[in-house]
Amino acid sequence: MLNGSVSLSERTGLVGTLDFLRCTISVHAQNEGMSPSSLSVLVIDENTVRAAIIEAGLREAGYERVTLVHDVSAVARRIEEVAPDVIVIDLGNPNRDMLESMFNLSRAVKRPIAMFVDRSDQASIEAAIEAGVSAYVVDGLRQERVKPILDMAISRFNAYSRMARELEEARNALEERKLIERAKGILMRSKGITEEEAYALLRRTAMNQNRKIIEIARSLALAAGLLDP
Amino acid sequence: MRDQITAGFLPLLDSAILITAKERGFAEEEGIDLLLVKETSWANVRDRIAVGHFDVAHMLAPMPIAANLGLSPIPMQLAAPMALGFGGNAISVSNALWAAMAEFGAGGLDNPAAAGRALRLAIGKRRAAGGSNLRFAVVHPHSGHNFELRYWLAASGIDPERDVDIAILPPPLMPDAIAAGRIDGFCVGEPWSSVAVAAGKAHIVAVKAAIWRQSPEKVLGVGAEWAEGHADLLQRLLRALYRSAVWCGLAKNRAALADMLASDAYLAQPARLIFGALAGALETGHGVETVSDFFVPADGAATFPRQAHALWLYAQMVRWGQLDHSVANAEKARLSFRPDLYRSAIGPLGISIPDEDGSTQAGPLFDGAEFDPADLEGYIARQRGAHNRSE
Repeated sequence: MLNGSVSLSERTGLVGTLDFLRCTISVHAQNEGMSPSSLSVLVIDENTVRAAIIEAGLREAGYERVTLVHDVSAVARRIEEVAPDVIVIDLGNPNRDMLESMFNLSRAVKRPIAMFVDRSDQASIEAAIEAGVSAYVVDGLRQERVKPILDMAISRFNAYSRMARELEEARNALEERKLIERAKGILMRSKGITEEEAYALLRRTAMNQNRKIIEIARSLALAAGLLDP
Repeated sequence: MRDQITAGFLPLLDSAILITAKERGFAEEEGIDLLLVKETSWANVRDRIAVGHFDVAHMLAPMPIAANLGLSPIPMQLAAPMALGFGGNAISVSNALWAAMAEFGAGGLDNPAAAGRALRLAIGKRRAAGGSNLRFAVVHPHSGHNFELRYWLAASGIDPERDVDIAILPPPLMPDAIAAGRIDGFCVGEPWSSVAVAAGKAHIVAVKAAIWRQSPEKVLGVGAEWAEGHADLLQRLLRALYRSAVWCGLAKNRAALADMLASDAYLAQPARLIFGALAGALETGHGVETVSDFFVPADGAATFPRQAHALWLYAQMVRWGQLDHSVANAEKARLSFRPDLYRSAIGPLGISIPDEDGSTQAGPLFDGAEFDPADLEGYIARQRGAHNRSE
């Protein structure tokens, strides 16, 4: 455990480059030689499903000390309790500025925290931001200890986005099918034509107007809605 | 073939210049396809510039300075080749705090000293009754909002470090936070004070324009490397933004501008509130007040990135312990603002551009103190004294 067992005076190594954090004590020495699973990881994500997916991934990879926070208003206390070595944050969280300033000023975070661990690993940083995730890392952690966590978070974030996108597409497709059914029904009733004829009419109109069938169906359903008594 | 530029912005009044450049065709005239991306946090804006998702962005004026001084958690060098106007911010308080301040004569928006005095007395009364610290919010530690709120408090005899708590919140969340009682006041860019007032949850008590008239607020932030590698494109962008700023500053365009900004893609707030802020006619919660120069997009060379402003912002960073002063740090801060890039782009338009005589070209702040960059050390020393004066 990093918290509690190591007194301030035992921590060594001044960190000049991160003086903005007003914390100058490195835990480098203490982190060396610890097993990967001993790292404490805090996941801050308002999306509870995605957070659970990340947590599961971390646990599968052998990280036992994983804490999830959904509500950022409670985050200061949790940080104090779990003393995280790595903090994983969803980039869409509008409270990132608040969280950063908290790492910066709060006495809750006693150790310097920087985004990503190896500042030269531009590819990793890009992949993370692309995926919508960011990691803040306690100073002194070596890259090989943090990279697996970041890589895992990136792949899980991407998997989640893919899932969400597929779900959204499926939902849209269903909506579109329903709309086209409705438009066909309107045409069948008002023109006394068959279903095939109604669909052919929709398609012909779409081709003539250089629009999509779904757009024609939407306009038709909208107009019918307006004309309804 | 047009060159594409991707720009990040936050939903605030002073994103108007970028939005107008796209919507009114100023970017297109310069052969630029301007893609605007609305962001949720300044941290995201910064990170996405760092990895090249954004070429340029709407930024808090101190952000490039902080980045160049190594105060950002991600390493990067930024340049500010243009300012995006003066002013635009207001300080608002909860209804309860307003009632307490009104008892002590908080007056009009033209008198920040009276409002500050009323706040100091209200805090004194609250403390005597055993109350906890009032909680204010600003949008970022490295922001004009943080610095003007602290300046106003300190000049009013309130120690921002001890007498109040100051939290960080994104602009669009301010109205909800004050309505829920999580904060007692905030300093934020428009239209977010007006939104809170319109909801009946806040009163505007002070404005940036009265704390320091024609003072720096946002800049166009650019990766230093990107600026280097795209000199011609950047010049064209700056010209487009300059013309856009002039358009935004004309009273006759306000209604159209307010409608444009009100759309869901941009501020997603009622045009009526945005119009009021553009016109400097603010509903304070206790009447409508007209504020001269509330938000100035172009007049008075409001787009010119003054290095004197960079140094004032730097002095505030030092004042509030964000870093230690050194000659080298001050120089990095000053050089973050790039009047040379502005001049090379705007000069050919034949418009008069201020000389870099080192002054802010603004008058004193509301407490009568003037900032002379030539006496940076003296200013920093005096501020340190002022900060400890309050008890």
